[in-house]
Amino acid sequence: MATSTAPALRLSTLPPATGRAGLGGAIRSEFTKLRSVRSTYWTIAALFIVSVGVAAIVGFGIANNLHNNPWNKAGTDATQASLIPFFEIGQLIIAVLGAMVITSEYSTGMIRTSLTAMPRRGTVYAAKLIVFGTVTLIVSVITSFVSFFVGQAALSGSGVSASLFHSVTIPRGVNMSPGPQGPNGPPNYHFLGTIVISPGTVLTAIIGCALFVTAVALIAFGLGAIIRHTAGAITSAIGLMFVLPIVVQVLPDTWRWDVMRFFPDAAGRVLSVTIDQHNPHLWSEWPQFGITLVYAAVLLGVGSYLFRKRDA
Amino acid sequence: MIEVRGLTKRYGEKVAVNDLTFGVEPGKVTGFLGPNGAGKTTTMRLILGLDYPDAGTVSVDGQRYSGLANPMREVGALLDAKAVHGGRSAYNHLLCLAQTNNLPKKRVDEVLDLVGLSEVTRKRSKGFSLGMSQRLGIAATMLGDPGVLMFDEPVNGLDPEGILWIRNLMKALAAEGRTVFVSSHLMSEMENTAEHLIVIGKGKLIADCTMNEFIAQSSGAAVRVRTPSPDQLALAVAAKGGAATAGSDGALLVRGLTTDAIGDIAFEQGIRVHELSVLRASLEEAFMELTADSVEYHAGVPDAPASIGSGV
Repeated sequence: MATSTAPALRLSTLPPATGRAGLGGAIRSEFTKLRSVRSTYWTIAALFIVSVGVAAIVGFGIANNLHNNPWNKAGTDATQASLIPFFEIGQLIIAVLGAMVITSEYSTGMIRTSLTAMPRRGTVYAAKLIVFGTVTLIVSVITSFVSFFVGQAALSGSGVSASLFHSVTIPRGVNMSPGPQGPNGPPNYHFLGTIVISPGTVLTAIIGCALFVTAVALIAFGLGAIIRHTAGAITSAIGLMFVLPIVVQVLPDTWRWDVMRFFPDAAGRVLSVTIDQHNPHLWSEWPQFGITLVYAAVLLGVGSYLFRKRDA
Repeated sequence: MIEVRGLTKRYGEKVAVNDLTFGVEPGKVTGFLGPNGAGKTTTMRLILGLDYPDAGTVSVDGQRYSGLANPMREVGALLDAKAVHGGRSAYNHLLCLAQTNNLPKKRVDEVLDLVGLSEVTRKRSKGFSLGMSQRLGIAATMLGDPGVLMFDEPVNGLDPEGILWIRNLMKALAAEGRTVFVSSHLMSEMENTAEHLIVIGKGKLIADCTMNEFIAQSSGAAVRVRTPSPDQLALAVAAKGGAATAGSDGALLVRGLTTDAIGDIAFEQGIRVHELSVLRASLEEAFMELTADSVEYHAGVPDAPASIGSGV
């Protein structure tokens, strides 16, 4: 560090301003913020490693199971098996980043510096949302595809692995009876009917899960803007996505599902399915995803209002 | 040029800023004085639009802060040197601020060089000392080459070298014709830097005057003069409205005149002067006298333990 005590103002003359500070500059600024802290890389790396790694483990597990118990091939949803780690655990990891993008500004005090540089708060909020949303969408799509491919590679040779390039036919059901060695030996079985899984169905599940995880990240972002506290925002997101659906389990079976369809997590279960074992109590994939989007939109809207109206 | 009119801010029941009206002129350092809790920081936050006032208006160069086309080109403000994300490098911190106002990238290196941080640009600011953080904060204020600068307690916690550096910087900025508005709770910090004073207590304006007026008005303020001919000087001073008394060590204590005025009198009369200084203690006393009624928290005198061990 220099030790000069008499500062000379040896600054060059700035080029004249070319216009008002606006959304473009704010977006560049928010991207710099996101890429210049380690937590961003840690979170994205965790999302990728956990989603893909667990997809591989699940794939090997199923392949092993099918090798020993081939009758389980009936109705095995290989695509969903590879996407579950991504949309169940991955949504939680990206929610941490979503909350922190906004709460870390408050916990560090950076928000006061940010809003002094750019006092038009609506612009700051929009820029944050655009940058984080875009990065999350790209990361989610990549993670979803890689999870699928790695998971299917682990499942290859098991007879149920799905494909994006050709239709795959798997048995729909199975009829089993005790084998020659009685109930303790391998059973006799024969498959009933077939299910054809088209590449389009698989693609919908992969993209759908990526969109779902992005929407959950935006829910966490909105909660972050409302609560302004990292732990509080993450806890609320977990509560909404994981705890609430568990609490609802105590409700009677007859109408529990009719409540659950209004929860933001329900879309994940529907979007990842490629075999038509559709739960009749839930809506089909896009209307069900619409529910998740409504949660995201409401929380982002409330967050935006409070971001603009509260003292920083 | 900062203009504050009828500014009022309440936090719940507590009135932090109470109907405050003053202006800050360009070309000089204006000291913003008041005891802890007087509302100095709140006033600065209101000027920057970080907090919203309950009543009154603030304008910078005739505009609301949030309406400025490129705020960083108009105002550089340092309220809290630690209000940065510690995980971000000094360079990236300044870059994300510069980008919001579309300022050129090379400006970041220039201001880092100006404050003497060019060797730690890639270091995360988490590890910075308070002095380095202050320099980083000052670098940020200079990014847009603004005409108005605001510093909140900039020398708090700094070593003497850092204090001197900041004082000289503030004077240099004012000498270039900029508006420099700097707060402090210590009179002694202002006497060498500020030309104009705005004094507040409990959120209310107490004084808005030049430093010389402040010294002259204060009953307790005295100037210490050592001269071989004290009697002659005492007469000359009395003729100009001052009052001289003999100090314990033979020096004269002059009240009612500034150091400038006394020096001029001595020169006109051909009187040798060996020392001419404002009594710091008296200046600090004058400030305390002025704000005595408005100190937020008085230290209570603990009661004497009257009946300990009385054996009742």
